[in-house]
Amino acid sequence: MNIAEIADRLNFEIVCGSTGKNNMVTWGYTSDMLSNVMGNASEGNLWITMQSHKNILAVALLKELSGIVLVNGHRPDTETVTQAEKEGVVILATDLPAFETAGRLYQLLKENEDIQS
Amino acid sequence: MRTFKADFHVHTVLSPCASLDMAPVKIIEKAVAEKIDILAITDHNSTLHCKLMCKLGKEAGIKVLPGVEITTKEEVHCLAFFETVETANIFQQIIEKHKPDIPNRKEIFGYQPVVDRDENILYEVDWLLISALSLNLGEAAEIVSMMNGIFVPAHIDRPSNSLLANLGFIPDNLKIDAVEISKSIDFNALLMKTPEIARYTVIRGSDAHCIEDIGSGFTMLYIENDDFDEIKMAFAAEAGRKVMALKK
Repeated sequence: MNIAEIADRLNFEIVCGSTGKNNMVTWGYTSDMLSNVMGNASEGNLWITMQSHKNILAVALLKELSGIVLVNGHRPDTETVTQAEKEGVVILATDLPAFETAGRLYQLLKENEDIQS
Repeated sequence: MRTFKADFHVHTVLSPCASLDMAPVKIIEKAVAEKIDILAITDHNSTLHCKLMCKLGKEAGIKVLPGVEITTKEEVHCLAFFETVETANIFQQIIEKHKPDIPNRKEIFGYQPVVDRDENILYEVDWLLISALSLNLGEAAEIVSMMNGIFVPAHIDRPSNSLLANLGFIPDNLKIDAVEISKSIDFNALLMKTPEIARYTVIRGSDAHCIEDIGSGFTMLYIENDDFDEIKMAFAAEAGRKVMALKK
């Protein structure tokens, strides 16, 4: 599934970096510690976090993540938006907390996996 | 010029996590015993003890820098030092504007008393001082810089509440005057792991939460006198002033 389909199905808003909306999502990863994401996330993961600092973009690029979901109604910082547009890193937003966001994403990706296999 | 011994990271009894023996007079007595010339008072999100500490420091011949250890929106701890108590108080107003609505529960987090020199409790701060402000790291650094202060991400080597752990790396264009490392960390080992810190002035503070720890981490400055401008010049390595390289 790609970012746009997921955003549509789970009602996530595409806030910025929409050029990345066709990125394929391999799996999800949830953490608010960027050092932890740098060590553990994998290519294509959709990253669930509440961190809105611009450093999230560098981490997403470094790890070749498919996108970022900001939870709990958090919005990207102004600088983050500008840079996300430039770098083409897609940032989604939801009012749901991380637990429910991850739960719904997990379910959706699992269902999709079953359909494909 | 000569060397000055500085401990840039000391809490008082006001910080909920600090020991109740961190009374203003006792802190100064210990700093004198440790031969500290410059002492920064850095309670969590509060400058309320700075005025008293500066006064006591002056009486004892110690330069006290009015300061604070803020928790940014990203939950990164950062030290800020100001030239005067008045400036620190203005910064406190900014903190108050960005504080969250989280009351302190002292049975869990500890007491947050504002005391006088005789250790009488004047009042207790009711919001939880260790909580994150709504100010982000860049905004906080910018404000401190505009107020002619010194801004230093704290204990960057720590696995939590630190710039490196929470934000992965030091962002470009961040207005910082130095980075602080923990008292017990091996500086050279940290440098091997995180070579980017070589680009910054590095200081070591004690992060003292109890009397015995004051001065257990310190930084030597090579400056003319203990004026704030001299300290600032040392952080910027200007005009021959400098922060001496950490030994280990």
